[in-house]
Amino acid sequence: MAQDSSEIRYLTPPTVEIKKKKYCRFRKNRIKYIDYKDPEFLKKFLNEQGKILPRRLTGTSLKYQRKVAVAVKRARHLALLPYVTDMMK
Amino acid sequence: MLLIKNFLLLHSIFKRLKIYFMLNQYETVFIATPVLSESQMKEAVAKFKKVITDGNGEIVHEEDWGLKKLAYPIQKKSTGFYHLIEFRAEPALIARLETEYRRDERIIRFLTMKMEKYAIAYSEKKRARKSAAQKQEGE
Repeated sequence: MAQDSSEIRYLTPPTVEIKKKKYCRFRKNRIKYIDYKDPEFLKKFLNEQGKILPRRLTGTSLKYQRKVAVAVKRARHLALLPYVTDMMK
Repeated sequence: MLLIKNFLLLHSIFKRLKIYFMLNQYETVFIATPVLSESQMKEAVAKFKKVITDGNGEIVHEEDWGLKKLAYPIQKKSTGFYHLIEFRAEPALIARLETEYRRDERIIRFLTMKMEKYAIAYSEKKRARKSAAQKQEGE
């Protein structure tokens, strides 16, 4: 009985999650300016509907998230990026 | 007499320098309707360049992106001619340039923005890279 309780058996082996630390790609790569004329790059910060992804998903720092948002909005104004879509990726 | 002359000269140089440093660098992109022909498009570009140079602006760089597909229709058009001009001018010119854009019905969209120092560095770097690549291709 005592032996049974100490021996825990799993049906599926437990997955030990190794959390990858998110980082700000602008800080890491020392990018100071985010170009609004490069829609392909800006698409990394959008979901399939063309919405701007939150910081908690991309890991961007606040300073650069603000700049990303401005760049995306400029690109949208110039019709380089859509305001609303589906299945962008 | 000479002293006064010298002083005046220095003063004028100083003043000019001051004006030079007051200038901001701007970047403007406009989209013209796709119904224009090549020569009409060139004429439109020349017109806006003239607006800038007439207002004591100095054109730093120019880029023609050609006919591009729009991400969404503007005035029921799905394509447009994109043109970018980088220039150095005083702030008062921007309002004049933008009213010119609004009056011109060939222009369906425009965006003017002031370039901060990182933006200037970025565009200069981009241009240098481009010219280097062209040089290599030529060799």
